[in-house]
Amino acid sequence: MNVYAIRAIYRQEMYRMWRTVLGSIFTPVITTSLYFVVFGAAIGSRMQPIDGVHYANFIVPGLIMMQLLTQGIFNASFGIHMPKFNGTIYEVLSAPVSPIEILVGYVGAAATKAVILGLIIMGVAWAFVPFHILHPFVMLAFLVVTALTFSLFGFAIGIWADGFDKLQVIPTMIVMPLTFLGGTFYSINMLPGFWRTVALFNPIVYLVNGFRWSFYGIADVTPLISLAFTGGFMLICLAVIYWMFRTGYKLKV
Amino acid sequence: MTQPIISISGLEKAYGNGFRALKGVDLEIRKGEIFALLGPNGAGKTTLIGIVCGTVTPTGGQVLVDGKDVIRDYRATRGRIGLVPQELSIDGFERVYSTVRFSRGLFGKPPNPDHIEKVLKDLALWDKKDNQVRMLSGGMKRRVLIAKALAHEPDILFLDEPTAGVDVELRRDMWEMIRRLREAGTTIILTTHYLEEAEDMADRVGVINKGEIVLVEDKQALMSKLGRRQLSLQLAKPLDALPEALKGWSVDLNGGGNELVFNFDSASEHADIAALLRRLGELGIDFKDLHTRESSLEDIFVDLIRAPAA
Ligand SMILES: Nc1ncnc2c1ncn2[C@@H]1O[C@H](COP(=O)(O)OP(=O)(O)OP(=O)(O)O)[C@@H](O)[C@H]1O
Ligand SMILES: [Mg+2]
Repeated sequence: MNVYAIRAIYRQEMYRMWRTVLGSIFTPVITTSLYFVVFGAAIGSRMQPIDGVHYANFIVPGLIMMQLLTQGIFNASFGIHMPKFNGTIYEVLSAPVSPIEILVGYVGAAATKAVILGLIIMGVAWAFVPFHILHPFVMLAFLVVTALTFSLFGFAIGIWADGFDKLQVIPTMIVMPLTFLGGTFYSINMLPGFWRTVALFNPIVYLVNGFRWSFYGIADVTPLISLAFTGGFMLICLAVIYWMFRTGYKLKV
Repeated sequence: MTQPIISISGLEKAYGNGFRALKGVDLEIRKGEIFALLGPNGAGKTTLIGIVCGTVTPTGGQVLVDGKDVIRDYRATRGRIGLVPQELSIDGFERVYSTVRFSRGLFGKPPNPDHIEKVLKDLALWDKKDNQVRMLSGGMKRRVLIAKALAHEPDILFLDEPTAGVDVELRRDMWEMIRRLREAGTTIILTTHYLEEAEDMADRVGVINKGEIVLVEDKQALMSKLGRRQLSLQLAKPLDALPEALKGWSVDLNGGGNELVFNFDSASEHADIAALLRRLGELGIDFKDLHTRESSLEDIFVDLIRAPAA
C-alpha cells in the first residue's frame, strides 16, 4: 500500500479546494441560502406542514442533499479531468500507485469537501430555520455515504469525459432533473398515483427520504431501502471505475 | 560486462487508430550509462519511453527493468524511474515547492525536506520555491519538471527532450547536473534533437526511425565507424581532369578543377593522407590551402535516416 501517494493526492486535492474556496464553498452556500429565502421563508409560509413538519424545515435535508450530490460529482469529476486535460496525469500514471490508491486519494478528497460543504450548509440552514436532528448518527452516515457515492460517480464521469462540455452533460442532463424531481421540495405522496410509481424509479428519492428521516423521522420510503439503494449505486460506480482502470479506459493510450 | 538495467524485447505499439508507432523494438540499456535516443519527429521515441514508464500500454513485447516486468511488477519498476516528459505538463496554479513535494509522496517516499531543498538548489529553483508555476518562464518550468522527476531519488532517469526551450547557459548547467547524476550512479536515457548534445554527453547512441531501431552503438565506435574525414585542397593551378594516378583514392575534382576533395574512412587515414600528399608532390600538383573536416554525429544521423528512403 502506497500510503504516501494517497496522502500526496489527497493533500493536493484539498489544497486545490482552498485555492478555489470561492467556487467550492461560497457559491453553493449562497445558492442554498437563496433557496431557503425563496422556498422556505417566502413560499413556505403559505404551505401546509407536510407530515407535521413545517415546509421550511421539510426542504432542508433535500437542499443539503442536492448540494452534496452536485458538489461531490463536480469536485471529483473536475479533480480527475483536470490532470487529463492539462497533461499532468502522466505523473500519476508513471507512479508506483495502484488504481485503488488513486481512487482513495481523489475520491476521498472530493467526498471530504462535499461533507464539509454539507455541514456548512446545514449550519446556514439552521440559522434560517432552527431544526432538531432526531438521528444524528444516521444523518452523518447518510451524509458520508452519499458524498462518497457521488464522488465515485463524478470520478467515473471525469475519466469518461473527453472535454469540459461532456463533464457537464451528465450532471445537468440527468442529475439535475432527477434531483429536482427527487422529492426535495415535496413529498412524493403528494403526486398522483402514476407519477408516484415513476418517482420510485428515481434513486434520488431514496437518498432525500433517507436523509430526511434522519432529521424528522418522516419518510415516503423506508430508510433501510434508502440506504440499500445508495449502497447499490455505490457498488455500480465502483465496478465501472474498476473496469476503467483495468482497461486503461481513456486514461492511457 | 555490465548488466542491462532495462531490456526491451519485441516491443510493439499500435495506437487506437491502428497506427503502428513501434514495430518490434529490441533495446538494452546498461546500468549507469547515458543513452541518447535519436530520431526524427514521430519516430516513436516518446512512445517507447511512455511504455517503460507506464503512461502508454504496449500492444506486444516485453520490458524488464532490472529483471522485473514493467506491467506485472509496476510498483518495483516505477519506483526506480523518474520521467521528465516532453510536454510542459504541469499545473500552473501549484507552487514549485509543493508540486515537487507532491511528486515525492506520489512515488511512495517519506517526506524529506533536505532532499527537496537540494534538488531545487541544484536546479537553481530554490529562490522560486514559493512561486506559482505559471509565473515561471518556460525554461524554469522544464526545470521544475526535472525537479519533480528527481524528487523520489530515482536511479533511472528518462529525459524526453530536456533541453528544448532552455537557454545556452542553463543547458550547460543542466548537462553538468546530468553528469553529476551519472557519477552518482544514475542511468540516464534522453532524447534530443540537438545532436551535438548527444555527441558531447552520451556513452551510447540509439537511432530510431519509423518505429524501428536502426542502430545502437557505442558513441566512440559509431563516430569512428561511420564517421568520415574529408580533405579538401585548393589547387594553385586548375586541373582539366582527374589524373590517372589518383584514381586509386576516393577523390573528386570540384570547383571547376580548382578543388580536389578526398574522402577517407576513419580506418587507416593517417597513412593514407601521408601517402596522398607524397603522391601529389610527385605529380607536381601544388595547392595553396587545405582543410579537413570530420563528419559529426549529425551527418551520420542524416545519412542513416535518409538511407532507407533513397
Ligand atoms: N495518442 C496517439 N494516437 C495515435 N497516434 C499517436 C499517438 N501518440 C503518438 N502517435 C503517433 O505515433 C508516432 C510516434 O510518436 P512519438 O510521440 O513517439 O514520436 P517522437 O519520436 O517522440 O517524436 P518527436 O521527436 O516529435 O517528439 C507518431 O507518428 C505519432 O503521430
Ligand atoms: Mg517525442
